[in-house]
Amino acid sequence: MIKFFVSILLIALLSFICGLFFPWWTIAIAAFIVSLLIPQRPLASFFAGFVALFLLWGGLAAYFDMANNSILSARIAGMVYLHGSSVALLLVTGFIGALVGGGGSLTAAFLRK
Amino acid sequence: MRIIPFLLSLLLTVGLILCLNRQWGGLQKTPPFGPFFSPQHGFWQNAEPVNKSFDGSLSLPGLKGKGDVYFDENLVPHVFAANHVDASYIQGYLHARFRLWQMEFQTFAAAGRVSEVLGAGPGNAYINYDRSMRRLGMVTAAKAALEEMEKDSVVKADCDAYTAGVNAYISQLKGSELPLEYKLLNYSPEPWTNLKIALFVKYMAYDLAGHDNDFEMTNAKSFFSKEDFAKLYPEVQDSVDPIIPKGTRFSPPGFAPKAPATVDSQYLHFPLTVTAAESKPDPDNGSNNWAISGSKTMSHRPILCNDPHLSTNLPAIWYQMQIHTPDYNVYGVSFPGAPYVIIGFNDSCAWGITNAERDVRDYYTIKFKDETRREYWYNGKWVPADQRVDTIVVKGGLPFYDTVASTVFGPVMYDPSFPGFSEEGTTRSYAVHWKPAEPSDEIRTFSRFQSMRNYSDYKEAIVTFKSPGQNFVFADKGGVVAIWQQGEFPAKWKEQGRFVMPGEDSSYRWQGSIPQQENPTMLLDTLDSGRGFVSSANQLPVDTSYPYYLGIDFPPYRGLIINRMLSSMNSITTADMMSMQKNNYDVFAAMARPLLLRNIHEERLSTDEKNYLNVFRNWNCQNDPNEEGPVIFQYWWRHLTKDIYDDEFSKSSLNMMRPYESTLLESLLKDSAYSFIDNVNTPEKETLQQVVTASFLQAVPDLAAAANAGKLTWAKNKDTWVRHLLRIPQLSRTNVPIGGGVHCINAAKKLHGPSWRMIVELTDKTQAYGIYPGGQSGNPGSRYYDNFVDKWAAGDYNSLWVMGPGEVKDSHVKWTVHFSNQ
Repeated sequence: MIKFFVSILLIALLSFICGLFFPWWTIAIAAFIVSLLIPQRPLASFFAGFVALFLLWGGLAAYFDMANNSILSARIAGMVYLHGSSVALLLVTGFIGALVGGGGSLTAAFLRK
Repeated sequence: MRIIPFLLSLLLTVGLILCLNRQWGGLQKTPPFGPFFSPQHGFWQNAEPVNKSFDGSLSLPGLKGKGDVYFDENLVPHVFAANHVDASYIQGYLHARFRLWQMEFQTFAAAGRVSEVLGAGPGNAYINYDRSMRRLGMVTAAKAALEEMEKDSVVKADCDAYTAGVNAYISQLKGSELPLEYKLLNYSPEPWTNLKIALFVKYMAYDLAGHDNDFEMTNAKSFFSKEDFAKLYPEVQDSVDPIIPKGTRFSPPGFAPKAPATVDSQYLHFPLTVTAAESKPDPDNGSNNWAISGSKTMSHRPILCNDPHLSTNLPAIWYQMQIHTPDYNVYGVSFPGAPYVIIGFNDSCAWGITNAERDVRDYYTIKFKDETRREYWYNGKWVPADQRVDTIVVKGGLPFYDTVASTVFGPVMYDPSFPGFSEEGTTRSYAVHWKPAEPSDEIRTFSRFQSMRNYSDYKEAIVTFKSPGQNFVFADKGGVVAIWQQGEFPAKWKEQGRFVMPGEDSSYRWQGSIPQQENPTMLLDTLDSGRGFVSSANQLPVDTSYPYYLGIDFPPYRGLIINRMLSSMNSITTADMMSMQKNNYDVFAAMARPLLLRNIHEERLSTDEKNYLNVFRNWNCQNDPNEEGPVIFQYWWRHLTKDIYDDEFSKSSLNMMRPYESTLLESLLKDSAYSFIDNVNTPEKETLQQVVTASFLQAVPDLAAAANAGKLTWAKNKDTWVRHLLRIPQLSRTNVPIGGGVHCINAAKKLHGPSWRMIVELTDKTQAYGIYPGGQSGNPGSRYYDNFVDKWAAGDYNSLWVMGPGEVKDSHVKWTVHFSNQ
């Protein structure tokens, strides 16, 4: 259980650092590296990457959105057929990151096993 | 290692990334979702904190000295620069900082490069647009203009600095900081150049002097009898009140163009028909401006007002700013994409502009020897045509190669390979002669405006301005008030260029230009005891005694009501001017209403129908947002127009010019037996009463439908937008509650309207007010993106604060950016 939470924390941290300097998809590499160093069962590994990126992307987006009073998220949510719902847009943001992060972690888990 | 699950998982992850890293869809592509949604790369980065601080200090090696920029509460920058070159550098930097995507996109549109960013478009619409801009010669025109601009050392230095300022911003821009639209469309800005400034200037020339009806008029001339033609397209409007008052004496023409010998047989009575179709900017790109002498104002000082009518776009066409240098102190609005303040005032005077609407685009039929279009018949022999191949880069598709021939008249705009925007195609070829394609330096005028001190400076500044022809209104603190219709206008013989002209010899070419000093002008000095004001609203500039042919494409009504109001006013204040600029009185409706009410058979109407009629009858002719009268009038007039003209016009499949609203109204007022009233498809002879009543009855179901949809009130029915340049509704303001209309001083239409309302009172300390539909930031994620829109719609103004060098601590100053070269 501790492994799981430490993985989440480290994946989120490394993904954040990668995001500062490298293209967006380096979150998959961050999740891959951390999951390689902290081996877990494939399912646990996947969820560690998934949750880490869901929280990181969703959390960052929520932080930006609050400071922005949802001016932009309401516009974008209208454009991507979310009926102007900023909350839905935050969830979609988190989910996209989560899928990629989960994929990176899962791949690492199978490599270790 | 479990090899199969590993490979599967790897493949899925990489596949997912690739899918999220690319754009999807056909004509309308999605952004790549991965980078777009990434909070550290995508649109979330453009969600500007509402309490963001714009403070900063920048070290930019291109500057000569130090500069400071103070932003006020509306994010309007007050630039204090060491000299005019640094001022231009900082202006370029600020334009890029707040409007980069817009300024680049507009120059792409000017250069015919829209397909490069947006793809081919539905039915190749964007490729066709690009072809039309390139064929018109926008790029060659911009290159020629740049050459002229760079001959003027002041303009050259300022443009170089402006470009360097833009590039200083672009070069330090990180991918995550790109404006939202680049992320949506998945591309990046390219370096700015002086040519892009010239392209922007030509884009304005296209917008303001790219309109004519030559094809539609040619078809109408070929279809209608001479008598009918004269009735449909009269040469003078009865209601026109020209810019230069009627009765003004003009000296004999300095240049007298001669009509060709064949003008009757080969031109005026030659039954040519045209199936190509032009692309045109909004036909109502017009504007109001006026300046009032101190003799009519409360303060005894001149007041100058201007409201240019342009497409109401987001990001707005204007960027408001103050520029202070040791040589001048100027305030007003600038064009993101070009240096200088374009409309505004300095410590000595104020200026404003409206469009002259003169016809400076004419077409010639070209007879090519064969389909290669390498030789054409000219002056009795086959002569070679220049040919160039334009390469149009198309996003997500193959490049499009367009072979364009060029003749002595100008480039071939339409030919069998490019019928323009016609579905029918064309077998003939048409060359275009467009005045703005000739070399000129319009930027010079604005460079001189920044520091002008009096009337003679103003005259010196405008004298070189060629295209698009403008009405430059002027007022100074010494009490002088003046207007010039300035431009280089071809001197035409009567009806030259009204129709497509024969292009087989030199006799139909433009023969020369109207001498600059013969351009219409009016000067009121401090001793003037006459009219006390000058004004323009795109109407005919002069009466028929002016010794040159001007065409007939001039809207009469705004000019009429402006002159009527100003004539009746005295002791005028800036508050009076505010209520005048937002005035919604529809003088056209007021002139039409008695005619309609006089001719309707009221006995034939049901109670419901009478209710609508009574609303119309009791309407005050103000197109206010909540009035139903304008909606009833609009629907009624539309049906009346159809009932009167459709029977004749539908006898031909040709695209023909429809008569102006003023023509129908003035015809009916003069002659209740106007021949077009009769429906040629029925044996009986209809009367005005019949057609007025019938059209009202036809309008009633439309009105009932509008009422059901909640659109019976004017603003809801008109649905004014301040629309994003990519036409995305969520990035636009829709259903803006504003009244007015095409014939009102407050000329707010659906997508078009007063783009900058400005009032300047030239008292010792200048009092000025202004508002534009938009906001200082081009970022849809900023609170400053559209924060002026509601104020604009309500007819409110921002007081324009002219900051002094010692007012750094003033409460208006919210943020400061220090510029230096170290």
